[in-house]
Amino acid sequence: MCTNCGCQGDKATVVDLQTGDTAAIPVLHQHEGDVLHSHSHGSHHHADNYDGPNHHAHDHHGPHHHAHEHHGPHGAPPSAGVTIVDMETRILAKNDALAAKNRAWFAGREILALNLVSSPGAGKTTLLERTIRDLAGELPLYVIEGDQATAKDGERIRSAGASVVQVNTGTGCHLNADMVARAVPMLKPGSGAVVLIENVGNLVCPALFDLGERAKVVMFSVTEGEDKPLKYPYMFRAATIVILGKVDLLPHLDFSVAEAIANVRRVNPEAKILQISSQTGEGTAGWYDWLRSELSSARQSAFG
Amino acid sequence: MHELSITCSIVELVAETAKGRKVHRVTVEIGQLSGVVSDSIAFWFPEVARGTEAAEASLEIREVAALARCETCGSEFPTPSMLSVCPCGSYQFRRLKGEELNVKSIELEEAL
Repeated sequence: MCTNCGCQGDKATVVDLQTGDTAAIPVLHQHEGDVLHSHSHGSHHHADNYDGPNHHAHDHHGPHHHAHEHHGPHGAPPSAGVTIVDMETRILAKNDALAAKNRAWFAGREILALNLVSSPGAGKTTLLERTIRDLAGELPLYVIEGDQATAKDGERIRSAGASVVQVNTGTGCHLNADMVARAVPMLKPGSGAVVLIENVGNLVCPALFDLGERAKVVMFSVTEGEDKPLKYPYMFRAATIVILGKVDLLPHLDFSVAEAIANVRRVNPEAKILQISSQTGEGTAGWYDWLRSELSSARQSAFG
Repeated sequence: MHELSITCSIVELVAETAKGRKVHRVTVEIGQLSGVVSDSIAFWFPEVARGTEAAEASLEIREVAALARCETCGSEFPTPSMLSVCPCGSYQFRRLKGEELNVKSIELEEAL
């Protein structure tokens, strides 16, 4: 997305916290000058290099882009000198095409990729830290950390013992498939790994942007209120699993677990729901079992 | 906030198709349950389009009303919100319309 106008971040960056290597996410198009994309549609047309670092800057229209122009009687142009081009293109086609590529890449390596989303402060990083410590030596866990700024969460993950790449989105409010595609070659997850993608804390924007994950893990905590699923139905509807966190605090709060679960069910009757405390470890066994079973499915479906 | 990046995607798709030709009009389709706020797209469009082929284009937004078919009683019913349920009380239904997020067409100056 465009860096100049700020829509995907003022200076979005990817940082490999193992090596300190940093890469800026390049500008997709220029706002200066008269012609947008002059670099990708200029006098020299680039060869198809979908896997290259600038793959997205080229002339890929995505799987649903079949623009065709009407001239003359079929198009019935409203006035002379005007051509109507039927596009019928999904606005998110490019992100979806990149996400599909990520998904195929993960599937081919029997990797389980998960997209973790929640509001800020719900406890995603703390759950990941505990998971990394508890499953050390059992599951190969890799983390992509998304935040607007700082590598603070990335450093926490690294201290817990997992390889991590920090993506800073600048002004961007969500990760997109391109950012994941740039983070993965730095992260270098091995075959059969689990890649946990911690999205920017936000229950609105990440719902629309497929990253190529196998499942969305949506968290909310008992300090947030039972009505979160009703207030953010898009996100909760997209969840494969919903984790209700910080349940060790329940004795101190006026929070109805039954009501919270009923609200999840109302927007997403199929989601698996777990109650967890990353502090005490309560309920984490169910989360680990789910991870093991999803990884096993990801491995089985690799050649399916 | 994601409407800004959605608007960037619209302008990007339009500019790629226009290939230097001036764009007079952009027509997009936004479903009632697409998760995108039309007014916000309309707000961002002139800002994002500045300096591009679509700088002077008008933006036409066609909002698509959401509709579902109940799997219990078989009737079609409007679903203006994500929390809408069938009038028969069923939560089991299939969404038919309302999740669109498409660039429908653009009007360009004729190629020379």
